[in-house]
Amino acid sequence: MSVQTTEYTVSEIRSPASFITSRVFIYGALVFWALICLFPIYWTITTSFKSAVDVTQGHLIPFVDFQPDWKGWRSLGLSPDSIFQTSTVRDEFFKRFMNSVITSVGASSLAIVIGSLAAYGLTRYRYKFAWFKNEDISFFFLSQLILPPVVLALPFLVLYREVGLLDTRIGLILLYTLMVLPIVIWIMRDQFNSIPVELEEAALVDGLSIWGAFFRIVMPIALPGMVAAFILAMVLCWNEYFFAALLTSTDAKTIPVMVASQTGSQGINWWSMAALATAAIAPLAVIGIALERYLIMGMTAGAVK
Amino acid sequence: MRRVADQILPTNDWPANAVPSDLIPPGRKRLGWAVMAAATLGLLATILVQILYKSEVDTIGFETWRPVVYAYVLWGVALGIGQVLTRGEDGQRALFLLPALLFTIAMVIFPTLFGFYIALTDWNLSSFSGRRFNGLDNFWQMLGDPYYRNALFNMVLYVLAVLVEYVIAFGLALLLNAQIRARKFFRVVFLMPLMLSPVAVSWMIGKSLMEYRFGPAATLARHLGWDNPAFFSDPIIARISIMILDAWTFIPFMMIMLLAGLQAMSREVLEAARVDGATTWQTFWQVTFPLMLPVSVTAVILRIIFKLKLADIIITVTSGGPGGATDSVSSFIYREYRDRSNVGYGTMLAMAYLVIIVVFVTWLLKLANRFVRNVN
Repeated sequence: MSVQTTEYTVSEIRSPASFITSRVFIYGALVFWALICLFPIYWTITTSFKSAVDVTQGHLIPFVDFQPDWKGWRSLGLSPDSIFQTSTVRDEFFKRFMNSVITSVGASSLAIVIGSLAAYGLTRYRYKFAWFKNEDISFFFLSQLILPPVVLALPFLVLYREVGLLDTRIGLILLYTLMVLPIVIWIMRDQFNSIPVELEEAALVDGLSIWGAFFRIVMPIALPGMVAAFILAMVLCWNEYFFAALLTSTDAKTIPVMVASQTGSQGINWWSMAALATAAIAPLAVIGIALERYLIMGMTAGAVK
Repeated sequence: MRRVADQILPTNDWPANAVPSDLIPPGRKRLGWAVMAAATLGLLATILVQILYKSEVDTIGFETWRPVVYAYVLWGVALGIGQVLTRGEDGQRALFLLPALLFTIAMVIFPTLFGFYIALTDWNLSSFSGRRFNGLDNFWQMLGDPYYRNALFNMVLYVLAVLVEYVIAFGLALLLNAQIRARKFFRVVFLMPLMLSPVAVSWMIGKSLMEYRFGPAATLARHLGWDNPAFFSDPIIARISIMILDAWTFIPFMMIMLLAGLQAMSREVLEAARVDGATTWQTFWQVTFPLMLPVSVTAVILRIIFKLKLADIIITVTSGGPGGATDSVSSFIYREYRDRSNVGYGTMLAMAYLVIIVVFVTWLLKLANRFVRNVN
């Protein structure tokens, strides 16, 4: 597939017939893949409005195949007629939702702060701790990316029990910070490298301290990169399941754990599961559409020289 | 604490190059050393008191180890203050690096060392006997464990699937790089799966779209002539289904990196190739592909690193079934803990996995370096 595409794109100048074939092929492939990407999302959203019969008969198009109903959302307490009534499920959902928000925002912020500082130091100054030089320190940070969660999970389970951090949001925030720190340092190093050193030298001559130069001169320039790193970190933390499943039980449970805990039970309530899944993916879907530019910036940092 | 903070604050406002380290007054240096020494003593004392309390030698102490964490944080702060006091501007520079360094060391080195210790114990959280050192017993048990071997073998298959993902991602990147309308729309749509939580995805696709009786994917498969579209009951098909689920989420990741590579490629080279009369097939293999090699290698290696952590989809869709056939190492260890509370053995498996992937990734990086150098 890949090869033919270039073939057509380059040959489009050669003849009108092959130009049209290439257009048809390219748009066909694009639409096909767009369907693959969107259909599961479409299916989930529509299923949250279906009743049991509509699910089992595989009805797909609302108003044509089936009559939409607020059933799934009512079971979550989020439908128009139930939104003002008390609902334990809704309370539970909002509690999990807030846990997710607090842990992912907290962890991303902490990672951005300490990660940016470290990345700045590593790009601008020469360090020497015992026999570790800059390259070694950078490698130390980035190598954390390889560390699989499963290696840390069990020791942390025991350690967190000892220090009383099990099932707390702080505990999750610390772990998530560790998880996204290498990525933040990777992105920010790339950012700071692209800022000319002369700017800071001028600031130092004007009498700013090195920290003053960092906060007043470098930070404003590197802000887009920080936003990119922050959003990427947010996405990773929001979707994290492994640590959350092991280290939380009642208080600090996050949305993915809540979603997963419903799937295991027999006789799934399709509509309520679909509503829950929709609510779980909605915030990130919105972020993805609105801040796509930053996401791409974060993901491609350092990939292309 | 407050007194020290008051004394340290002015240093931040001083012009950076005004205080070289040899001009620091000896009194300030002494103060710096005193702060660091006091903090170190405080940290050690806290740890000592806690150890004595926990081993019931002493009656004074804390219920949990949390004060030790606070002591460590205070020690870190004091270390930073001490650095600035004793080394002036050099200390201020060190301050950039210290927080991340202290954080990572505390969060990685200590737990990993602790993990190696747990790995050598017989420790089941659900039994009453508690922790018992048993040397390499876990290791020998691991060597004879067919399920672990199977999980490792699955990891090889899952990693190999990255190559297929790469081909698809490259194709999509080329599509997005072609002269098309609504490029931004397609890019956002193609990126979508990456944003979604794997757990939600496993429900949306694994549990509902691929549902045997009335999932749309199963219905489609029946229409295409597959009589018995059970995606998760045959070991091989189940593995492929897991690969597809994971690929669906992560193809956009490679696609975006490759797209960035394609967009950074200079137009002149492609023009030159066309002027020289190269066919598009030749242009791709002789020009585009070699030029894209460094980006491709980065993308594939990053993807492999993420793939090695694969767990959540398997845990939520198949929980390793049928009969452990789809288990990744992570999901297997997860169940070893969740279902059997076998902390000692599970940790041994995890540590062995860590060693294996560190060796593997190091080898991969070496190989990639040589590969890129040879082709270019």
